[in-house]
This record gives sequence, structure tokens and C-alpha cells, in this order.
Amino acid sequence: MSTDSIHQAHSEQAVYVYEAPVRLWHWVNAFAILLLAITGHFIGSPLPSVPGEASANFLMGWIRYLHFSAGYILAIGFLFRIYWAFVGNSHAREIFLPPVWRASFWKELVHEAKWYAMLTRKPLKYEGHNPLAQLVMHFAFVWAIVFMIFTGFAMYGEGTGAGSWQHTLFTSWMLSLFGQSQNLHTFHHLVMWVIICFVIVHVYAAIREDIMSRQSIISSIISGWRSFRDGGSDDVRH
Amino acid sequence: MTETFYEVMRRQGITRRSFLKYCSLTAAALGLGPEFAPQIAHAMENKPRIPVLWLHGLECTCCSESFIRSAHPLAKDVILSMISLDYDDTIMAAAGQQAEAIIEETIEKYDGNYILACEGNPPLNQEGMSCIIGGRPYLEQLKHAADHCKAIISWGSCASWGCVQAARPNPTQATPIHKVPGLAPKPIIKVPGCPPIAEVMTAVITYILTFDRFPELDRQGRPKMFYSQRIHDKCYRRPHFDAGQFVEHFDDEGARKGYCLYKVGCKGPTTYNACSTVRWNGGLSFPIQAGHGCFGCSEDGFWDKGGFYERLTDIHGFGIEADANEIGGTAAVVVGAAAAAHAAVSAVKRARQKGDE
Repeated sequence: MSTDSIHQAHSEQAVYVYEAPVRLWHWVNAFAILLLAITGHFIGSPLPSVPGEASANFLMGWIRYLHFSAGYILAIGFLFRIYWAFVGNSHAREIFLPPVWRASFWKELVHEAKWYAMLTRKPLKYEGHNPLAQLVMHFAFVWAIVFMIFTGFAMYGEGTGAGSWQHTLFTSWMLSLFGQSQNLHTFHHLVMWVIICFVIVHVYAAIREDIMSRQSIISSIISGWRSFRDGGSDDVRH
Repeated sequence: MTETFYEVMRRQGITRRSFLKYCSLTAAALGLGPEFAPQIAHAMENKPRIPVLWLHGLECTCCSESFIRSAHPLAKDVILSMISLDYDDTIMAAAGQQAEAIIEETIEKYDGNYILACEGNPPLNQEGMSCIIGGRPYLEQLKHAADHCKAIISWGSCASWGCVQAARPNPTQATPIHKVPGLAPKPIIKVPGCPPIAEVMTAVITYILTFDRFPELDRQGRPKMFYSQRIHDKCYRRPHFDAGQFVEHFDDEGARKGYCLYKVGCKGPTTYNACSTVRWNGGLSFPIQAGHGCFGCSEDGFWDKGGFYERLTDIHGFGIEADANEIGGTAAVVVGAAAAAHAAVSAVKRARQKGDE
């Protein structure tokens, strides 16, 4: 093998997939979700009572403040992420728009499902997300986050009151849609669990794929580069 | 011609000075600026009294009980001086044939001009036979009166949302006024609560007769001035909530100290009403002040939202009744266990493959 061909093979083996803004968003978003889930839990089921005068304490106040701040970070981040889907590379659009109109998408989805059912020996290689990952991202993450942002701001608007932009944009019509505020709270809780289930699957699948698939996963969302094992990037799907 | 409010008041020996005082007080109670007092006075001096038909369907009469305990203005004044309550079977003197005749008389005399106040709601099943008034289904009486009225007031949670008689499985199909099929399309104002606060009821009537229109309503058809904020937003125990001081049990130290009732299921954070500002019985108290959480009686379907001491709604369709946290927690455990099992099988498979190679 000549030095030339080694060079070529090496340069083809890594592809730049996750641009810096996407990576930054991913980690900011992950920590926002972590903070939101923890503070949200303590809003729903508060900590044991603190002693002393009410005026000397602001525990619930701080927990709610953190929850709302993290909520704003998540929402603004998500808006930015949608913007980046338009201006970023093709991989930035994947989680928003699974190519369900392509026959190959469904065929490869079946293959990926077989890979997870351990019915096939080798997974396919992907630059971005595989079809199964794309579907899970789209439904269990994107729509769940949209739902949480809408219901979250609707409940926030209940506090800021009629006339505030949160109330006008979210609370006014969502309260009528859900019938009443308690239902809104209930579904906000329920979808939080959807996201927690998603996180479990997401982290597990990322670790498993990193070990067992034919491409890098975890290092890619840190560095942005995706590298391939066994046979380079010749048979990689875009 | 019907007398004006002012004429009736003067006839009852109320001085002009007292009358003007009353106008300013009412303006303040309605949250209007002082410049509205002369407007109220002008309306009262010039407008004929509004006739009101107060019909009772499936209900418990708690709305009427609340109404006659109004302190500002006194229910006596509202009933006798301000509005002409032509028919209300609970508090009218007439009875039997005589009473029922008044309905027809009012409908004919004030066709298109009277207010129809509904306390309770009609059952639709069995052709409305579960509620008979004067030998006829209430449903017929309601539709007839609605055809000729100017506007409808839905008193209480029964008329506004359905309340206990519409709770699952609702065998009589009790239906709130705005959902009754075939009802004349008249403007409806909802004044929910079980019962609504007396001062809220009289203030709504005062507003309608003074300005000849409904007060501003929210999307659910409730007057904004009384239903745009949650009990929680104006609760006097709110500082304990923000501080993180809660009643854990009804007999604990926190309960004695008057801490927040959030953890024992107070629904103040999800209930829109004026209890924490207007309060009850002339401003004496309200449920939270008496040491018990709000259970959201003025919210839509409050009987069907799980226990009165739970702040999350029960979700049906999972075999058992479970709330969001129970369902979600179980799902998370299942997903976590599935991931662990999958990981174990994957590890075995990988080890075997490596062995093969």
C-alpha cells in the first residue's frame, strides 16, 4: 500500500457532521433538561418545610426561578436550533424532517429494527442519524419539547397574568384547549416522563452504537467529526 | 312604563346622598375608576329596571343561598330595588299555578328584554324526564324562556360546566346551558363556582344593568374582573409557598402555623376565582383561611379530575386510575429495565461474535 492511498483512506474515514452551533446547543439543551426535570420534580413534590419566618426564606421561589430560567434557555435554544436547521448543513435538518417519503428510509428502518432485535449481524453505516434514530428523535424529542415549551409557557403566563405576552401567546388559547389549568399541569408532568424515557433510550443507544456499530457516536457530538470503522466510508449512507 | 332604579330607591326612603354613595361604592367594587360613579348614577336614574327570570334546573340551590347572603350590595336591594326578579321559585311568594303563570306573563310582557338567569342545568336523557318543573321537563321550559330572552346568565358550576350531576358516568346526561342542543343562540355569561361568591353574582347583575352589556369575558365566557386570576396568585398564604413552608398533614405543626396547603392538595394554583380577594360571608373567610385547601369548584369538570386532595388529574385508559407521575414513573422504570436487558444481551452477542472471529 502506498502512502498516497493511506492518506486518501484516512481523509475519507472522517466526516464533519455536527457543526459547532449544533454541538453547543446539544449540551446546553441537555443540561437545561436535566435542571428542568430536577426543579420540576421539586415544584410538583416540594422538599420538606424549611423552619423560620416566611420572609426569611425563598426556597420554592428559587426552585421556580431556576425552572423558569432553564425553561427560557431551552426555548430560546430550541428556536435557535430551528433557525440552524435552515442555515446549517443537511444533518442539521435530520431530526426535524425524517425523509418518510423515501422508500429506502423505510427499508433501512426495518434493517435498523432488525439490528436492535439482534436478527442481523451488521448495521449499516450512517453519516448522520439512522432511520430509527431519526424517527425517535422526531417524535419523542422534537414534538415532546414543542409540547413542553407550549404548556410550560402557558402555565408561566398564568402567573404573569392577562395582558402579558406569555398569556396572550400561550395561556389564553391553551387553557381553553385543555379545559382547565389542572389538565395542563397533568400533561406537562406526563410529557416530562416521555422525555425522561427518551433520555434513557438516547443515552443507552449512543453508548451501544459507539461500541457496537461501525461509526463513532459519542466523540462525534463533542468533536463534530464522525469516523468509520471496518472498511472506511465507502458504503456510508448520507 | 317600568320605574327606574332611582325612583324605586327614593320610594323606599333612600336619600340622594346615600344613592350617590352607593354608586361610588359599586364603581369601586367593579374595579372601575371614580369617573364611572356618575355614569352608574345616570344609568340608574334613567333606565327601567331589568326583569329577570330565575329558573332552576338540576341544582342544589346553593347559588340562591349564596346570592341572598350578598353584603355589597345587600341582596335585598338587588332583588327589591335594582332588578325586578319576576320569577324565582325558591324566594318568590307565589306558588303552584300562580307561580308558573308569572313565567308566561314575563315572557310576553318583556319579550326580548329580560335576562334569563339559569341555576342548574337540564338533563337530556329520557327526553329530560329527570327534571320536571310544573309538570313539564325543565328542558322545554328553558328552551322556551331562552327563545325570548335578551341574554343568559349561567349561575354556578352546574349551569356553567355541569358539576356533580354531570360527573361520570352522567346517567341523566345533565348538560351545561351553553351545550344544550337547540337552545336559542343568546349571549351567555358564566359565573362558575359551587356556589359562586355572592358579591360576584350581584356585581355581575349591577354591571349588566348599569352598562346595558356584559362585562368583559374571557375565552371561557367568564367575567374577567373576577375570574382572570388564580386563588393562588392572591392567596394570603402565598409567602409560605414561596418560602417552601408546607402543611404535610392536616394535624401537624405547619397546619397550626398556617403554612401553605399545596402538599395536602390545595387546587388554588389551578383554580380561577376571586375567593382569595373577595372572600366569603361579607369578607369573613374562605376555605384556605379556614385551613382546608381549595378543591377547585369553579373549574370545568372538577368532580372528574381525581381526588380533591390531588393536584394532578387521573388519567383513564390504563386499567387503573393513575396520575401522570405514576404512569410516567412506571414507563421510565420499564424503559430503563428494557435498556439494561438489551445491553446485557448485546454484550453476550458481541462476546460470541468476537469468539467466532
